[in-house]
Amino acid sequence: QGALSSCLRKPRRDPPSFFPAVSQASLVRLHHRFRALDSNKKGYLCRMDLQQIGALAVNPLGDRIIDSFFPDGSHSVDFRGFARVLAHFRPVEDEGTGTWDPEEPEPLNSRMNKLRFAFQLYDLDRDGKISRHEMLQVLRLMVGVQVTEEQLESIADRTVQEADEDGDGAVSFLEFAKTLEKMNIEQKMSIRILK
Amino acid sequence: MLRAALPLLGLPLAGAAAEGEPTQEPGAPGEPPPSLALFRWQWHEVEAPYLVALWILVASLAKIVFHLSRKVTSLVPESCLLILLGLVLGGIVLAVAKKAEYQLEPGTFFLFLLPPIVLDSGYFMPSRLFFDNLGAILTYAVVGTLWNAFTTGAALWGLQQAGLVAPRVQAGLLDFLLFGSLISAVDPVAVLAVFEEVHVNETLFIIVFGESLLNDAVTVVLYKVCNSFVEMGSANVQATDYLKGIASLFVVSLGGAAVGLVFAFLLALTTRFTKRVRIIEPLLVFLLAYAAYLTAEMASLSAILAVTMCGLGCKKYVEANISHKSRTAVKYTMKTLASCAETVIFMLLGISAVDSSKWAWDSGLVLGTLVFILFFRALGVVLQTWVLNQFRLVPLDKIDQVVMSYGGLRGAVAFALVILLDRTKVPAKDYFVATTIVVVFFTVIVQGLTIKPLVKWLKVKRSEHHKPTLNQELHEHTFDHILAAVEDVVGHHGYHYWRDRWEQFDKKYLSQLLMRRSAYRIRDQIWDVYYRLNIRDAISFVDQGGHVLSSTGLTLPSMPSRNSVAETSVTNLLRESGSGACLDLQVIDTVRSGRDREDAVMHHLLCGGLYKPRRRHVESCRRHFISEDARERQDKEVFQQNMKQRLESFKSTKHNICFTKSKPRLRKAGRKKASDGVANTGTTNGKPPRDVGFQDTGKQGAGSEEEEEEESDSSETEKEDDEGIIFVARATSEVLQEGKVSGSLEVCPSPRIIPPSPTCAEKELPWKSGQGDLAVYVSSETTKIVPVDMQTGWNQSISSLESLASPPCTQAPTMTHLPPHSLATEEPQAPLALPSDPLLSFAFPPSWAKAGRSRSESSADIPQQELQPLMGQEDHTHLSPGAANPPCIQFNKGGRL
Repeated sequence: QGALSSCLRKPRRDPPSFFPAVSQASLVRLHHRFRALDSNKKGYLCRMDLQQIGALAVNPLGDRIIDSFFPDGSHSVDFRGFARVLAHFRPVEDEGTGTWDPEEPEPLNSRMNKLRFAFQLYDLDRDGKISRHEMLQVLRLMVGVQVTEEQLESIADRTVQEADEDGDGAVSFLEFAKTLEKMNIEQKMSIRILK
Repeated sequence: MLRAALPLLGLPLAGAAAEGEPTQEPGAPGEPPPSLALFRWQWHEVEAPYLVALWILVASLAKIVFHLSRKVTSLVPESCLLILLGLVLGGIVLAVAKKAEYQLEPGTFFLFLLPPIVLDSGYFMPSRLFFDNLGAILTYAVVGTLWNAFTTGAALWGLQQAGLVAPRVQAGLLDFLLFGSLISAVDPVAVLAVFEEVHVNETLFIIVFGESLLNDAVTVVLYKVCNSFVEMGSANVQATDYLKGIASLFVVSLGGAAVGLVFAFLLALTTRFTKRVRIIEPLLVFLLAYAAYLTAEMASLSAILAVTMCGLGCKKYVEANISHKSRTAVKYTMKTLASCAETVIFMLLGISAVDSSKWAWDSGLVLGTLVFILFFRALGVVLQTWVLNQFRLVPLDKIDQVVMSYGGLRGAVAFALVILLDRTKVPAKDYFVATTIVVVFFTVIVQGLTIKPLVKWLKVKRSEHHKPTLNQELHEHTFDHILAAVEDVVGHHGYHYWRDRWEQFDKKYLSQLLMRRSAYRIRDQIWDVYYRLNIRDAISFVDQGGHVLSSTGLTLPSMPSRNSVAETSVTNLLRESGSGACLDLQVIDTVRSGRDREDAVMHHLLCGGLYKPRRRHVESCRRHFISEDARERQDKEVFQQNMKQRLESFKSTKHNICFTKSKPRLRKAGRKKASDGVANTGTTNGKPPRDVGFQDTGKQGAGSEEEEEEESDSSETEKEDDEGIIFVARATSEVLQEGKVSGSLEVCPSPRIIPPSPTCAEKELPWKSGQGDLAVYVSSETTKIVPVDMQTGWNQSISSLESLASPPCTQAPTMTHLPPHSLATEEPQAPLALPSDPLLSFAFPPSWAKAGRSRSESSADIPQQELQPLMGQEDHTHLSPGAANPPCIQFNKGGRL
């Protein structure tokens, strides 16, 4: 119990740069959730803990989102990493988006970082590009089972072509961002309760 | 417009006059006994429907007149013009008939005029947007309307207590509250009419418009409760009555919504079984929606809410179930009815205002009401927005609030309700009528006129229409799933969680139940966007009529334009070599005789006009009648559409060259070979040789030439990746056809590279033998193909060929025909590309070479030893559209090796 409370207190003492985008109240809430997910009270989460969440199992992107909690092949995530991932989804403060301190790193909930989070869900091999194959895999997850493989392939082809600007047959992050430039990402990739 | 309306008015007026004189009735006493009349005037039998039709006609003609001038309609909303027209017409009617006629009757309004408008708005409501903002909409609709009603009513009562309203207005607090309740509701008709022309951003629009739709429940309840209270007399109202009033709010709103959803369910379920009676599909939509409206009205629930929910709920399933044509029919009928009803409503409003017998003027009341509704609306919006912004992800800023306050238009609903008041119970009815008319006129005319400049002046975010792209659709879905997953992880069951839940439930059960199986199978949003993009490409291609021969016109409308220099993707290559092909075409066009040009034009005519309609027809039918075969065909067609645009230039070029009678034979041979090749390479690439079918079609009669082209197109499209190799060979051999002179052919390992002799086709086609053209062709193609895929021997032969073909002196005369820019693009590539040693960079997989060999050996129709068929095939590469594109596709493939 003591360890838990210290664990709870620890993030509060952390310098703001570690949790740049999650407010105090959200941190407490997240930590409650973290403890609830942490089945064996081990102080960190492993894949299994997240896989237990029922609705994630039916989410077509569930596995990938779980993977994003475990970067670089690690098998556990502590609260800090947990909060860090979720900080991407904090709503952007009103209109002050582009005006963060240039010395500090770009906040996790900036438009670009939100996009980057989405991008790395596509980019499985982490080469900075969504290849046609990767696009196809995502489409296979997203599109209903009724579409045939060939149709999927042609959709993937077209999707890549649509976004591909430098003609390398893959979608780089910049191209990815460009296809979404008209979309209100700040709004679409935010969850209010993480304010 | 008046001149147009006057003669029309003549008839109803004459009828009305006749009505007044009973002596003219047929069979009246004094008439001679009835005999067989040659001509009988039976106005009375047709009077009612005739009048209705005439009024609608007048309104429609007026609309046409308004829209003759773009300037007027861009400044003045149509609703204003219609009201003004109504005023004029009403004045004329009054002057002629000496009494007011044709007013807006509440019964007509609620039973006939309102439902189409509400159905239209509910059915075409952007449901995602609506539910995304449902919280705000509900708040404004419920709390806002209640607030407006009570504050306005109470303030007016205060005004009366202060003595600012003339004492002849006999009304107590309850009367004022009743008046407040009917005047407070924002009117969907007015809002729609004005906001549709203003084009504010979607969020703002959906909030104002959604509010105007949903507040009907509150208005109805308030109106009924207040009305019954007034009728009971304030002394008899007890505490339980207030509770009942509150309870009835829930009953009326939830009941109305429930009725709507039940009918939506029924409607969706019914349309599932209309496969064999497509013709009644649109009718069903209207009937059941109207039934929902009437049912709710009958049970004194909120009818507007019922129809809104019905339209909102059924759309997804109905659209999936009914045929393409029915969808169009539903859309247009709905829009027509709604626009018609709206027009009539505004016109009748104007006419009704003329009847001074109905109203009595009191300046204090009128001015007070105007000020109060504006003030309390603004105040209410600000207060509610402040509360809402605590919960909203995207707060509504001040400008939004201004527009929302100002956009609170009152309209025909208020007018109809005030007319419905009972004069004996509400002694001040006449004053209320006058005030309502003024308020409606003020909001519709003054606010309607000024809201556009206001929106411009405030720089309100406008709605921006951008075409949907596959990427956006896909990513949006991704975001939805991500957010749902994150909410799961966070453990907060918020909006995204429930939406995800609902979508799963819908997919699992509801769609299964309500959608035709065939429709359900192809129902996917991403697929839908893809499908629509393809159709749009195809349509735009048809619209261009295939006449776009210039290389500048080769952009896909659905794709963003790109300017980057390093273009190597399939599309870009296609486009690039497309321009090359066009270049070719232009040469030919300048050299060829007029006869050939005619042929070309004729072909384009046929191509653009003949088979497009056929295919469109096939689509609309096939979409739902799906047998195995049909499905496959459908898929093919989609692919064809997709590639159509990209292949456009090739096709036109080749057709231009080859449109002569002797072609089908050769083509088929070539196609046969091509499909053989596809099958073979397909297997090497681990793909099933699906294209055997094309072979068969290729053998069928020559009558279906167009279709065959299509199929060969599609096969290539589908086999995009596989085909390259075949066509490498072909392209090369074609090159080598020239190169035989150089005598380097022995080096080529491919068995197909055999010194060719002139074929019959070559003889037939005068330009085939023309060295100049071929030289051009070779030079443009070789520069592209050589560096990529050539094998050693081929390369050697090519270089020797190059020595033959490249001397600019031989080509110079022809080259002058080329547009300078294409020269510029083609020429630089040659020196760059050729020197690079293909030996090192591109090792040709031996298995492929083998495949190529076995392929050509196995093709029974074309024995490889003979030169003739080979030539035919080579001709064919020039001629048929199928064979035309390969070089570039293959080029791309080669790049990936």
